[in-house]
Amino acid sequence: MPYRIVKRKDLIPGQTVLMVVDAPMIAEKARPGNFVILRVNDHGERIPLTIADRDPAAGTITIVFLVVGKSTALLATLQEGEDILDVCGPLGRPTHIEKRKAVICVGGGTGIAAMHHIAKGHHEAGNRVVAVIGARNKDLLLFCDELGSFCPEVLVATDDGSRGHKGFVTEVLRKRLEEDKDIEEVVAIGPVPMMEAVAKVTKPFGVKTTVSLNSIMVDGIGMCGACRCTVDGHVRFACVDGPEFDGHAVDFQELRMRLGQFRCEEKQSFDQFKARS
Amino acid sequence: MNEKTKTPKKPKTPRTPMPEQPPFVRARNFLEVTLGYAAEQAALEASRCLQCKTPLCRKGCPVEIDIPGFIARLRAGDRDGAYAVLRQTNSLPAVCGRVCPQEVQCEGSCILGKKGEPVAIGRLERYVADSFAAENGCMQLTGQATCSLPREIRVACIGSGPSSLTVAGYLSALGVKVTVFEALHELGGVLIYGIPEFRLPKDVVRREVDAMRALGVEFKTNWVGGRTILVRELLDQGFDAVFIGVGAGLPRFMDIPGESLIGVYSANEYLTRVNLGRAYAFPEYDTPVTRGRHVAVFGGGNVAMDAARTALRLGAESVHIVYRRTKGEMPARREELEHALEEGVKLEILANPLRYNGDENRRLVSVTLERQKLGEPDASGRRSPAPTGETFDLPIDTAIIAIGTRPNPILLESTPELKLSKRGYIEVDPETGETSIPGVYAGGDIVTGAATVISAMGAGRRAARSIAGKFIGEDAVR
Ligand SMILES: Cc1cc2nc3c(=O)[nH]c(=O)nc-3n(C[C@H](O)[C@H](O)[C@H](O)COP(=O)(O)OP(=O)(O)OC[C@H]3O[C@@H](n4cnc5c(N)ncnc54)[C@H](O)[C@@H]3O)c2cc1C
Ligand SMILES: Cc1cc2nc3c(=O)[nH]c(=O)nc-3n(C[C@H](O)[C@H](O)[C@H](O)COP(=O)(O)OP(=O)(O)OC[C@H]3O[C@@H](n4cnc5c(N)ncnc54)[C@H](O)[C@@H]3O)c2cc1C
Ligand code: SF4
Ligand code: FES
Repeated sequence: MPYRIVKRKDLIPGQTVLMVVDAPMIAEKARPGNFVILRVNDHGERIPLTIADRDPAAGTITIVFLVVGKSTALLATLQEGEDILDVCGPLGRPTHIEKRKAVICVGGGTGIAAMHHIAKGHHEAGNRVVAVIGARNKDLLLFCDELGSFCPEVLVATDDGSRGHKGFVTEVLRKRLEEDKDIEEVVAIGPVPMMEAVAKVTKPFGVKTTVSLNSIMVDGIGMCGACRCTVDGHVRFACVDGPEFDGHAVDFQELRMRLGQFRCEEKQSFDQFKARS
Repeated sequence: MNEKTKTPKKPKTPRTPMPEQPPFVRARNFLEVTLGYAAEQAALEASRCLQCKTPLCRKGCPVEIDIPGFIARLRAGDRDGAYAVLRQTNSLPAVCGRVCPQEVQCEGSCILGKKGEPVAIGRLERYVADSFAAENGCMQLTGQATCSLPREIRVACIGSGPSSLTVAGYLSALGVKVTVFEALHELGGVLIYGIPEFRLPKDVVRREVDAMRALGVEFKTNWVGGRTILVRELLDQGFDAVFIGVGAGLPRFMDIPGESLIGVYSANEYLTRVNLGRAYAFPEYDTPVTRGRHVAVFGGGNVAMDAARTALRLGAESVHIVYRRTKGEMPARREELEHALEEGVKLEILANPLRYNGDENRRLVSVTLERQKLGEPDASGRRSPAPTGETFDLPIDTAIIAIGTRPNPILLESTPELKLSKRGYIEVDPETGETSIPGVYAGGDIVTGAATVISAMGAGRRAARSIAGKFIGEDAVR
């Protein structure tokens, strides 16, 4: 069954791409927090990407990815009307959504896209959602309009101050937690250092904090243990036990190290790809 | 007991050796280690069989292949007839000839083994399957007349390992429409992602799958049972029966310090990267694996042997298999253990890891082992190891943990009505393979825990038989 790309858009040229992909079975089942594992072609690697949105009526899912290496660069070369060879999902446990007075959803960089689906889930459950998003500058902010369509507030932080608060999302978050006592949960998706910093900020407030771990995966169905991470001192498999975990219990240092385990091989592969194209 | 077999004479002809790549050559390539019999070698070996009236070998075979029957046809020069006999009870003869532990099954029971060496039944099985396939296209492979059924009967298999493939092969030959749903992008289960190319070439598995496709089996990859589709939905969509053959994939770790260091792999990850991801051909293929220089593999089964021999082929300078007991207790097929040793794998027996040690970048640099001694035999009859307190370090940059698996949770969690055993595997009626959900069957590693290809196939056959009996009629059951 072909997984056709029905829409493709450069959100940030040369860097971040959005694709709407025909995958009716996955679209029907996908919940916020789920991801897919895809393979571009028959020499390709299996890579996980979050389902940033779904349209069950149209039978499509949306993925948004940052070009960081060979596989994402290869995926980015595909155009509308072309097919992705394999798309498998929906994988991972969906976000655990409880009735809350108010929830803050924090997104950083490409993570904003993934966060968007979770924020939507909280909104649909009747929770008041405050979105906090951050990027280096205003041109790199994603999904502002989408978030604005259902979040009463979208707070912005940019490193250069080109929009919103000048500085980090964690500063906006801390201020908000101090002022808004209705916040019962914080969800953070983005680069590992950002999620780690968010967990540090929320800790003294005692607010439940959910982070989504992007550990390296192979099968995504619990058969290899590549994605294992330490949560509360126990080994957990991000693909079947997660990818969302209690941010206060995650060993972020280990996650950072494990994400770098194939750095030499990845560089070799990407360099070769760039040289060829 | 049969008259003729009571006093086996010492056989005149010795067992025909299997041609192999020399160890020093094969230890650095991924080509198949054993090359297979030529026609003359097969004929010679077949001539050793005594054609016992009460063949012990057949009792030793979990799917009861008519062993003297196929050997007789081979002897008579009727290779196609021999193949037909194999296919009567075994849907994957080319695979079984390669990976079954014959020494404890058919060959372990062969009467000739009492005084000398048993008939090389596995090698003959492989010869028949390979040479038949070489000469006959897929169409002929599956030229079995499929009977037309009074109404369309549809069966879904979840997972595409040997248990499901057996269900599919058996039922489709009876005219049942079988659809196989596999989570990964390739079909064959452990035969594809676990057992390496040099032991079971992927083309052999593909050929068997193609044969089933030609019989009308529909294969759907990237379908995760319990995620993309639920068992309940399959029944609601009109499948008459569902067979669950999802294997027992979740790797076990030992829960000792340092297991998440970089360089520590589960055998499943290591082998999946290399086999399914073709990491041996990185960067031509995109999936990477670190090429360790000093590798230790923990465990003593087939999985440990495969991981160790794979590490050698990826260029390791030293590969140790670390095992708590001694060589005699290792559960691996003998042939695999011997092949591994010939290729240069070293054994570190009576040793158990206490912790993995890393550098400041959390990269593995050594493992601390504790010397064991053998105590009294345990429940499994094997003497259990006991710690001695003496410890030592083995410098390694790659550790591969092959100490077993647990049931994969995805399908089980999404199907809470399934009754599970205490150990967390699916409980089935031992006669029929039916689970606690009517119309839903299960078999293979997800029922027994990690076992063998042939036992998974036996379970598939049992389930297929009861499905056929129930939906087609008792007379359909072979
Ligand atoms: C559950 C989950 C959801 C994710 N969702 C998104 C998303 O929505 N958008 C997005 O841009 N990225 C997402 N990622 C990260 C994405 O999978 C990686 O960026 C991608 O695999 C990189 O592949 P590459 O070949 O382009 O880069 P490489 O050069 O191979 O690697 C670059 C970095 O990406 C990471 N990585 C490499 N291979 C894998 C792998 N097989 N699995 C996971 N990480 C890997 C490593 O940290 C590596 O250093 C997600 C990861 C996980 C685990
Ligand atoms: C490295 C290794 C070497 C081995 N060597 C030998 C040997 O030499 N001889 C021998 O007899 N045995 C050997 N075994 C054991 C043997 O391979 C297994 O016992 C046998 O394959 C089990 O078959 P199965 O049908 O139960 O499932 P598996 O072969 O485990 O296949 C299960 C399939 O189901 C798929 N799956 C899992 N979850 C889902 C889901 N939710 N939805 C859809 N699909 C799913 C998996 O991707 C997989 O493809 C070895 C095992 C390993 C790992
Ligand atoms: S293979 Fe061995 S046990 Fe079987 S019929 Fe021949 S001699 Fe007898
Ligand atoms: S990716 Fe293999 S177990 Fe999670």
